[in-house]
Amino acid sequence: MASTSSHPGRSPRSARTRSARTRMTAAAAAALGLALAGCSAIGTSSASDGDATSTSSGTVTLVAHDSFGLSDGILDDFTKETGLKVEVVQPGDAGTLVNQLVLTKDAPLGDLAYGIDNSFASRAIDEGVVVPYTSSAPAAKDAAQYAVGGSDALTAVDLGDVCINTDHTWFTEHGLAEPSTLDDLTKPEYKDLLVVPNAVTSSPGLAFLLATVGAFGEDGWQDYWTKLKANGLKVADGWTEAYDTDFSGGGGNGPRPIVLSYASSPPFTVPEGGTEPTTGALLDTCFRQVEYAGVLAGAKNPEGAQKLLDFLLSDEVQDDIPGTMYMYPVSSTATLPDDWATWAPLATKPFSVAPDEITTNREAWLADWSEIVIG
Amino acid sequence: MSTATATRPDLPVTGGPGRVARPSRPSAGQVLFWSAAVAVPLLFLGVFFAWPVVVMVGRGFVTDGHLDLSAFAEVFSRPRTWRIVGLTLAQASIATALSVLLGLPGAYVLHRRRFRGRSVVRALVTVPFVLPTVVVGVAFRSLLVDGGPLGFLHLDGTFAAIVSALVFFNYAVVVRAVGGLWERLDPRAAQAARALGASPWRAFRTVTLPALTPAIASAASLTFLFCATAFGTVLVLGGLQFGTIETEIWIQTTQFLDLRAAAVLSVVQLVVVAGVLVVAGRARSRQERALALGAPSQTVRALTLRRPAGRPRGDGHAPALAAAAVTAVVVALLALPLVNLVVRSLRVGDRWGLDHYTALGTTGGALTVTVWQATLNSLRVAVDATVLALVVGGLVALVVSRRPRRTAGRRAVAGLDALFMLPLGVSAVTVGFGFLLSMHHPFGLDVDLRTSPVLVPIAQAVVAVPLVVRTVLPVLRAIDPRLREAAATLGAGPGRVLRTVDLTIAARSVGLAVGFAFAASLGEFGATSFLARPDRPTLPVVIFRLIGRPGADTYGMALAASVVLAVLTAGIVAACERLRAAGAGGEW
Repeated sequence: MASTSSHPGRSPRSARTRSARTRMTAAAAAALGLALAGCSAIGTSSASDGDATSTSSGTVTLVAHDSFGLSDGILDDFTKETGLKVEVVQPGDAGTLVNQLVLTKDAPLGDLAYGIDNSFASRAIDEGVVVPYTSSAPAAKDAAQYAVGGSDALTAVDLGDVCINTDHTWFTEHGLAEPSTLDDLTKPEYKDLLVVPNAVTSSPGLAFLLATVGAFGEDGWQDYWTKLKANGLKVADGWTEAYDTDFSGGGGNGPRPIVLSYASSPPFTVPEGGTEPTTGALLDTCFRQVEYAGVLAGAKNPEGAQKLLDFLLSDEVQDDIPGTMYMYPVSSTATLPDDWATWAPLATKPFSVAPDEITTNREAWLADWSEIVIG
Repeated sequence: MSTATATRPDLPVTGGPGRVARPSRPSAGQVLFWSAAVAVPLLFLGVFFAWPVVVMVGRGFVTDGHLDLSAFAEVFSRPRTWRIVGLTLAQASIATALSVLLGLPGAYVLHRRRFRGRSVVRALVTVPFVLPTVVVGVAFRSLLVDGGPLGFLHLDGTFAAIVSALVFFNYAVVVRAVGGLWERLDPRAAQAARALGASPWRAFRTVTLPALTPAIASAASLTFLFCATAFGTVLVLGGLQFGTIETEIWIQTTQFLDLRAAAVLSVVQLVVVAGVLVVAGRARSRQERALALGAPSQTVRALTLRRPAGRPRGDGHAPALAAAAVTAVVVALLALPLVNLVVRSLRVGDRWGLDHYTALGTTGGALTVTVWQATLNSLRVAVDATVLALVVGGLVALVVSRRPRRTAGRRAVAGLDALFMLPLGVSAVTVGFGFLLSMHHPFGLDVDLRTSPVLVPIAQAVVAVPLVVRTVLPVLRAIDPRLREAAATLGAGPGRVLRTVDLTIAARSVGLAVGFAFAASLGEFGATSFLARPDRPTLPVVIFRLIGRPGADTYGMALAASVVLAVLTAGIVAACERLRAAGAGGEW
């Protein structure tokens, strides 16, 4: 087929070749048809959906943000323990997740929500997306200290610090002392060195804006950002762009040695064969992010949702969270990876802003921030 | 029906808008067929596009059960809104103009000339079209960033960077849509003009260009729609200072949940898109008429750098060379970010290696499936989406290619044509969120389609249908009605005329359409990201998840997975071209 088609119609073909071709084309079409039937997603999915509905009483659906993931087999263990099969739906980032939950609250997408963070927690509670539940898991006591505004509708599962990270290699090469505080970043020696993700389009970006609100107060943070901007701040769209393209210590060897990332990022920059990471987090610049789970109002399987929430607080899941989701377990009995204890400690005094205050002011703050920083 | 009949010399080269001699009363079978041909696509579009969009936009305009349009005044009183509308129009128009200007020589060289490696180049230019924007963002920005290979241009974060990325994505749209018609255009009209003393430029301007106008208008409107709804490209390369209607809808919906503002912006977007479609439709229909079509075997000539011996000066060799030079430069520029991507995917720490490719067999500690499983998912979904798009798009193209005698009929046909372009011009966020609101027990059926994997290929087909229509339609419309008349006079029934004339000729553009639809489905991320279930994520979704993780290993894996997506797309597009080449001689 290939040889003839590369010289199409050099001479009028005889009727014989044409009919041979017709047969070949027909055969190819038939083969294609069979292949289509074999690889159709709709075809295969409807079969497996049949299985799912037949055991639907034994299914619990988890609605999570798109960073959710656990090691292979962990959810299977839950099924072994409880007989419940877990289906996961991931509609988007934390903001998208909460907004979708609000929009679909009359017919929820699943039974349990996971990944609502403290910047969206109040919206979820105020909108009545989640219903009260007090977990009986041992780690629930640890989680209680992060309860949102006295409500027991959301249970903390994990936490992390969004902090400024620096590229040690760059600073050593340039013989420059590293910054350590938020104020340092406005100093002339660090001009044109900082890149942060956009606060409007990225959740760590928003967290850093909140860090500055926590640090400089509701009326002081605007000045700080004006100074940052004057000092050559670069705003990238998301964490990926900032860390992988602009940051000198990330995957892309970019030009800027100071980036907004997480306290847990440094262990990932231990070079092959090395023992120490090439980057570090500045622990005096952090905002604490807490991620919550909650049983959805109108859930088809509320008992299953409660069991799954308890399971998320079990040490099996809590031990797995650092490796798969790069967050710190909320449970005090969970074990951290060795290099985390050394290279990725949590901040002792992170900045914070009350969740209800965030919900009230987020839009106004983001509008101000856009005006100051984006123009 | 063989190719030879289509270009029988006794048929005039350009025919006027002829009328088909139809029997005065269509048979019941005919009525049934054409009713179904109209109803099936309308039903599909209505259920899986119009309804979700109406539900979503309706949410923004209904407060406590009352229609509330005060949001319009509110949104339009913001100076930001006007700036955003202006930026959207500016970005999309400039990028469209550039894509067309650069794409025309490309269509000529890649579809009208033959040279070694042509199919490779054709496949290569299609690759950008399917790459996830987050990957293109990395590939582009790491070139443009200070200290990058092109850092000296200082383009990072500029308007120019966005426009060049939009051209990068859409060049293939113009090349394929225009090339598809150009390679079938009978060269004898232009040759006749030349014989009568017209310069090559004059012959091109007065004969070839008017014949191509419908295809150019088609390609330009597609490109405009893609550019006007570009989301990731704009955010990653320019940031919010170059925000467009699309990025604003995304922010208002996913971050602020300000559905009123989002609804107003969706309506604005719809108005802009509809306006463009009307203009493009006018440009098309003014020039649209039957053209003499031939098989590529008769129209495509070899590309030679040297003037063939014995050919005089001014024979059109110089313009052909100029087109080849422009195309070579454009292809080199397109290849730059792609090469950058491949190079980076092979970089392991301080050395080179295939480690990231080996890791594709794993979940990278961050995924629910391996990258290869996701690739398989993507292929399966793309097969379904392509079949759906081909059936629906094929029917639409067939209906729209008719030229009813009554004005009302012609208007209805034009309306249908524009209607099926709309999915490209409406925000993926609006559609995605609309699905969530409307697909829970749709029509009282006891199924929750929102989280069903079936919705993914459907959502992708909605986007692929316009591509199929735009690829097949110019060829169908260019069929000389007298061919059908001749067939009818010779005793063929309406069904047989359709089969032997329309389908036979259209089938030759089907390879192109399949490749296009398949590529669009493989690369679709917007609506898919809202719908994909983690147990069956598609390749772009997996790449997005990988690249959003810290660590050089997942970053490398994401790049390797992108290369796999690129190679897969190029391979499938090339295979579809073969399918078409094979079909060209035989009957379907």
